[in-house]
Amino acid sequence: MSRHTISVLVENKPGVLARIAGLFSRRGYNIDSLAVGPTENPEVSRMTIVVNVADSPLEQVTKQLNKLVEVIKIVELDAPASVTRELLLVKVKADAQSRGQVLETVQLFRAKVVDVATDAVTIEVTGGAEKLEAFLRVLGPFGVRELVQSGMVAIGRGGRSITDRTLRPVPVPVPARVTPVPPVTPKIPL
Amino acid sequence: MSEQVTGAQSLIRALECAGAENVFGIPGGAILPAYDPLFDSVKLRHILVRHEQGAGHAAQGYAAATGKVGVCMATSGPGATNLVTPIADAHMDSVPLVAVTGQVPSAAIGTDAFQEADIRGITMPITKHNFLVTDAGDIARTIAQAFYIASTGRPGPVLVDVAKDAMQKQTTFEWPTELSLPGYRPVTRPHAKQVREAARLMLEARRPVLYVGGGVIRARAAKELRVLAEMTGIPVVTTLMARGAFPDSHSQHLGMPGMHGTVSAVAGLQRSDLLISLGARFDDRVTGNLDSFAPGAKVIHADIDPAEIGKNRPVDVPIVGDCREVIADLIVALRAEADLGHQGDYEGWVAFLAGVKQKYPLGYDQPEDGSLAPQYVIERLGQISGPDSIYVAGVGQHQMWAAQFIPYENPNTWINSGGLGTMGFSVPAAMGAKVGRPDTTVWSVDGDGCFQMTNQELATCAIEGIPIKVAVINNESLGMVRQWQTLFYNQRYSNTDLQRREQVRIPDFVKLAEAYGCVGLACERPEDVDATINKAMDINDVPVVVDFRVHRDAMVWPMVAAGTSNDDIKFARDMAPAFEDDDL
Repeated sequence: MSRHTISVLVENKPGVLARIAGLFSRRGYNIDSLAVGPTENPEVSRMTIVVNVADSPLEQVTKQLNKLVEVIKIVELDAPASVTRELLLVKVKADAQSRGQVLETVQLFRAKVVDVATDAVTIEVTGGAEKLEAFLRVLGPFGVRELVQSGMVAIGRGGRSITDRTLRPVPVPVPARVTPVPPVTPKIPL
Repeated sequence: MSEQVTGAQSLIRALECAGAENVFGIPGGAILPAYDPLFDSVKLRHILVRHEQGAGHAAQGYAAATGKVGVCMATSGPGATNLVTPIADAHMDSVPLVAVTGQVPSAAIGTDAFQEADIRGITMPITKHNFLVTDAGDIARTIAQAFYIASTGRPGPVLVDVAKDAMQKQTTFEWPTELSLPGYRPVTRPHAKQVREAARLMLEARRPVLYVGGGVIRARAAKELRVLAEMTGIPVVTTLMARGAFPDSHSQHLGMPGMHGTVSAVAGLQRSDLLISLGARFDDRVTGNLDSFAPGAKVIHADIDPAEIGKNRPVDVPIVGDCREVIADLIVALRAEADLGHQGDYEGWVAFLAGVKQKYPLGYDQPEDGSLAPQYVIERLGQISGPDSIYVAGVGQHQMWAAQFIPYENPNTWINSGGLGTMGFSVPAAMGAKVGRPDTTVWSVDGDGCFQMTNQELATCAIEGIPIKVAVINNESLGMVRQWQTLFYNQRYSNTDLQRREQVRIPDFVKLAEAYGCVGLACERPEDVDATINKAMDINDVPVVVDFRVHRDAMVWPMVAAGTSNDDIKFARDMAPAFEDDDL
């Protein structure tokens, strides 16, 4: 078993997420993380899915996903050749006494305070999974009150785009054949 | 070409433009708008069935017999959910099917309205694709897409759920000339390099087998298959879904592999050093225990669906493509090799399998008490009605016997529910097949258990003038389950006894047939079988039901018990074939 990050370009239509989630569950694969959002093309959404499977089931997942009519393209992103980020919002206990230390941690991790109350601060931080884990480890002793985390988003390094030519319109000819039906005379039995 | 119409008119026009000729269905609240213009259509014949499941199976039978897209129609809620079984069946057996369902008005969707069911959500895992249409302007294009998706690539069911208000609103009808489906591009042309590699393996092999699946039927590749088989001399097995893809009378044919396959077909796969899989999917009923399936074989796996390749069994040469094109290309590649003097040497292998085939033919025992052997009935039916008839089976013992003992010579003459194993498939599917091929004799070979699940469609057949013939192989029990109880549950026949109560047959199938406006015949003695079948053959204006009252303890052999290895095949109870390894 190993973690794989796949980018799935899908048509931006209702029900696509249900199709994909349903496929994973009925084929018995677990999604570690999922993030969906629009792309530079309003007709295309992009999902970043992290799954924990061995290589051969991963191939099966990819093939099954490709069978979905609304799935346009699937690319597996290798860790070294891609940039991955998650977003974390965390509410940490911080009174007058501890606030200084919390803010120091925020600076060290290049995080950002997005809300302050008398007894807590809310912090926004982005990064790879390891950075976020480390951040939470350090914050832990102050007391985490609430935490929300996005799924991972990922993009390949370099100048190439996986969304190029995604929607190139290859028109499908429709057989406009209309075959005449032989006249039918229903028989009344017996 | 655009004109003002209602969404419902647009729907019917679209079905006509898509080439549909027959629609099997039942009206109801949400689909009612569509039934009004359907009433006026001269190009569409609507066949009013008695249960939506019958509509779905009929559309499947129609599609399987003709290769065209079958169409069924139902209303929202229960109408739509009654289509779930045939849709799942079509999904498993790759049957091109378009199901049109009415949906509650778009404003009511999600409110638990009367007869509301999220049929799009329900059928997501069992359709090739499905649509919910809430805008009248989308109807025609969606129907065009549905037919295109259902009939191309690996065929399958597509559901189009249309909200009632979309059918009632005005729109302009326009039949699209092109479709934009950016995520749908089935590959039909095989890769030349893979084909060359496959040809090379075929020449190197000493014990190859052509493992032929239903894809060959769907791809209309039977002729090409025969050329390939004859030019190479490689033995052929045809799976349950592929019966008829290669003539049973052909000397290279080893029969059907699998749980109830012939010893020669099972041995052929097990001892093979190269499986050339054409449109087959290594189903568990064929492979038995996967780890011990064809242990010495390399695998060439050709399928139009890339996801089937390597799904169950690792593959040496994967070929994605339409079976007809794959086989045609293989023929070209092998001819080129033959011109260079390269030919396969399979002589010892062919002789070995011929020996197995001769030593272990399909067979059955006549009951000692003189009662009727079900296998005999089915065998005689196949011989009298002949290979040009269409045979449509339900699921169970009778299905296996019909696959074993009827000689198939042509594709699309054997129709059954293979993947899903839907009891009740036969009568409605036979009805659909007869609608599609009205000049062909269509036999429903059904069991008494299956028959009682969907026999109400006899009323449809009688009223609509669809004279199918039904052979009920009546053993007064759920025979296949009973067989497993005999073999694996110490003859404890829990809930498999169907018919008798104080020596009265319930129901009386002859009376039942008559009540439905059909001719009912009964037969319980071997000496009456031929005369009864001939009598049924002579009745062509109304449906005929023959109640063949057969011995109830007959069992399907050979058998590979579920989950065990194909090597443990028994050709009769406790009788395993003894292969002489020296012969190979």
